[in-house]
Amino acid sequence: MRQALKVGLIGGIVAVLLSLIGMVEAFSQRDIIARVISMGHTLLVIVALFMGYLAAKRTPGKGSLRVLANSFISGLIVGGLVSLLVIVGSLINLRKVFVNAMPVLYELLTFKQGTQIGVFLLLGAGALSGALAGLFFLSPKLLRRVLLISLGSIVSVGVLQDLLRPTFALWGPLAIINEWLFTANGLTIRGAIGLFIMITAASLFWSTKGETIQTGFRNLPTAPQRILKITGILALVFILLILPQVLGLFLSEVFTIVGLYVLLGLGLNIVVGYAGLLDLGYVAFFAIGSYTIAILTSPELGFFSLTFWEALPFVIVMGVISGVLLGTPVLKMRGDYLAIATLGFGEIIRILVLSDFLRPWLGGAQGIGKIPKASILGYEFAGPQQIYYLILAGCLLVIFISLRLRDSRLGRAWMAVREDEDVAQAMGINLVATKLLAFATGAGFSALSGAIFASKLGSVYPHSFNVMISINIVCVIIVGGMGSIPGVIVGAIALVGLPELLREFAEYRLFVYGAALVAMMLLRPEGLWPEAVHRREFHEEKENQAESESPLKLKSG
Amino acid sequence: MALLEIENIHTYYGHIHALKGVSLDVDKGEIVTLIGANGAGKSTMLKTTSGLLRPRQGSIHLEGEDLTCYRPHQIVAKGVVQVPEGRRIFGRLTVRENLEMGAFAIPDAGLIQSNLERVYNLFPRLRERQKQVGGTLSGGEQQMLATGRALMANPSVLLMDEPSMGLAPVLVDIIFDTIRQLHADGTTILLVEQNARMALQVASRGYVLQSGTVVLSDSAENLRRNEMVRQAYLGES
Ligand SMILES: Nc1ncnc2c1ncn2[C@@H]1O[C@H](COP(=O)(O)OP(=O)(O)OP(=O)(O)O)[C@@H](O)[C@H]1O
Ligand SMILES: [Mg+2]
Repeated sequence: MRQALKVGLIGGIVAVLLSLIGMVEAFSQRDIIARVISMGHTLLVIVALFMGYLAAKRTPGKGSLRVLANSFISGLIVGGLVSLLVIVGSLINLRKVFVNAMPVLYELLTFKQGTQIGVFLLLGAGALSGALAGLFFLSPKLLRRVLLISLGSIVSVGVLQDLLRPTFALWGPLAIINEWLFTANGLTIRGAIGLFIMITAASLFWSTKGETIQTGFRNLPTAPQRILKITGILALVFILLILPQVLGLFLSEVFTIVGLYVLLGLGLNIVVGYAGLLDLGYVAFFAIGSYTIAILTSPELGFFSLTFWEALPFVIVMGVISGVLLGTPVLKMRGDYLAIATLGFGEIIRILVLSDFLRPWLGGAQGIGKIPKASILGYEFAGPQQIYYLILAGCLLVIFISLRLRDSRLGRAWMAVREDEDVAQAMGINLVATKLLAFATGAGFSALSGAIFASKLGSVYPHSFNVMISINIVCVIIVGGMGSIPGVIVGAIALVGLPELLREFAEYRLFVYGAALVAMMLLRPEGLWPEAVHRREFHEEKENQAESESPLKLKSG
Repeated sequence: MALLEIENIHTYYGHIHALKGVSLDVDKGEIVTLIGANGAGKSTMLKTTSGLLRPRQGSIHLEGEDLTCYRPHQIVAKGVVQVPEGRRIFGRLTVRENLEMGAFAIPDAGLIQSNLERVYNLFPRLRERQKQVGGTLSGGEQQMLATGRALMANPSVLLMDEPSMGLAPVLVDIIFDTIRQLHADGTTILLVEQNARMALQVASRGYVLQSGTVVLSDSAENLRRNEMVRQAYLGES
């Protein structure tokens, strides 16, 4: 009961805040299901559902009536606090403090039924959501999973409708999907129901039969297993190759941005994830890569006019050299001190390229323009749909190198340095070389990313290289899971791709970002796709026995 | 000529003069112990020997080769390996990964495998727990792991820093049995201990360190009988 009150109050406060900062109202512009539920209402319902679920989960004892009562109460409280907002708002003018506390908001919250009826509706809706969440908690695991997936997909499709609609329109005959699924604003009812049934069926099938399929696959003799695996990889490659054509211009652009961050993330992953050196000035190498390619290729400066490919080796070499140059003075620093020193390095590079003193060479605040596009055999990587391939190739290359490095002797040395520098030395590891190689490799990847970035944009400006980029990359790694290669990809999609897709909510982007990070740290501190060693830190008890094959191989050379 | 010859070593921490001209030597196959009160400079001596600290003066020779200016990884490659004070195992790596890390300086996979077997035979407990995460081992097991990890590097000289620290008497006995066994296998050991009684039982010679200088050096037997040692380090009156 106390828990239900507490959870309900927290949820209520969250719901009221979401309303007061204008998020609910902004989100109400769009319907998830046309004329049934808007995104704003969905947001509030999700809060009530989540709190109901939490209250159910925290109910002591197992009595299902008590669970239901608790979730009902917490939902009711969420509804109650929002009603309170409506009542207070109708009596006092809150707009002096909260700009968004406008009549429109109250209308929305009360379902346009006026304060009195609206308040009852709100209480009812909250309590209902809470109770539903309680029921959800009590239902069998299979049902919960299936429901979560299908409802989640409907909401996602609704949220992403503006992206999906033009994408489907590209698909020739398949463009009918649009008519069936979408109205001008929101899903059609038949579309939503159809989608629900389809996804429920699919996830039900996978949940019940997936296990048997997987074991069946494992029981196959090695030869067919290999063929299937190779087919799978080929299919994946094929999908990756046709993606820009299928997805259209905008989504391809998003993918190129994600790809650039994957490149950056993989580089920083070596420095931070593998070697444990917290580098907050990582954007410096990105800038160095961009400016090197600009200086070497742009006719605007007139020093050199190499092609992209001729300049690329120099870019990588510059990156590696600057990695070593940054690494040398900070060799003896650890943890926080290293972070601050590298932060400074990042800023130094930005200020240098901005300086008037270096303007004749680096272009100052105006930057450098007219950077030519890369091209192979007359195929020019011009727009996002072409550059996509360049970035894809870069990512695959860097993933391959990262994998090989991780399992190499150097990778083990990095791991030892990350775990304990002094002991690593006592194990016979050359600390200086190991650290410098980490900085150099990371910087090389970052410079590559910078070169592609510059050729994509066609120009470079100092302000593209501010400290937020470094912070973003660190976040990508943390959210994805330190030291994990798939983690970097997942992290980049979640932190860079999704906000890019949800551009319309630009105002709330940082807010959502922050909330997501906090939620991550509470629910999954090891990252979305953690790597074995880091997972152990957070789940020691469970991992002890179930530890699988040692990731370190007895390899030497 | 002794296997390890340390001569007139002066080591500083900034302005703190921690070792003031320490000389000692260790013969091949011998156990030599270094005893002294807290802060006498015992760990400093071991760290200087393994290259983690640089002496400002003095020299360290291994089989006549001057190691003084070598970096830690080069010294490990020469066969001088330290079991650090407080065990310092890799807490997030498994027992097996810890041991493999210990063999970092060894280029030959076959040798690594046979070293692993040797360590597992010496500490069967570690074989049972090979997949357990290091940080969850008990103190005694961690000491076994730290010792095993150092042995993985095929040391010709093993530097042990207080292997019995914080262990129950039974475990202390086990650790000292291992030291005897290593000795029997021909490993040369420089042993730093607070537990002077045990140390003087396994060692053939000993040095007494007091605020950075050697005040006494003699055979273990004579040290055990020495009045000052008995009072200060063996707790007898
Ligand atoms: N990193 C350091 N910085 C400054 N002074 C240090 C440092 N490490 C050790 N000292 C000082 O050097 C002296 C010798 O320390 P050392 O660790 O060698 O002692 P010890 O004989 O190993 O003691 P214990 O038995 O407690 O381990 C002490 O006075 C200590 O305070
Ligand atoms: Mg000590």
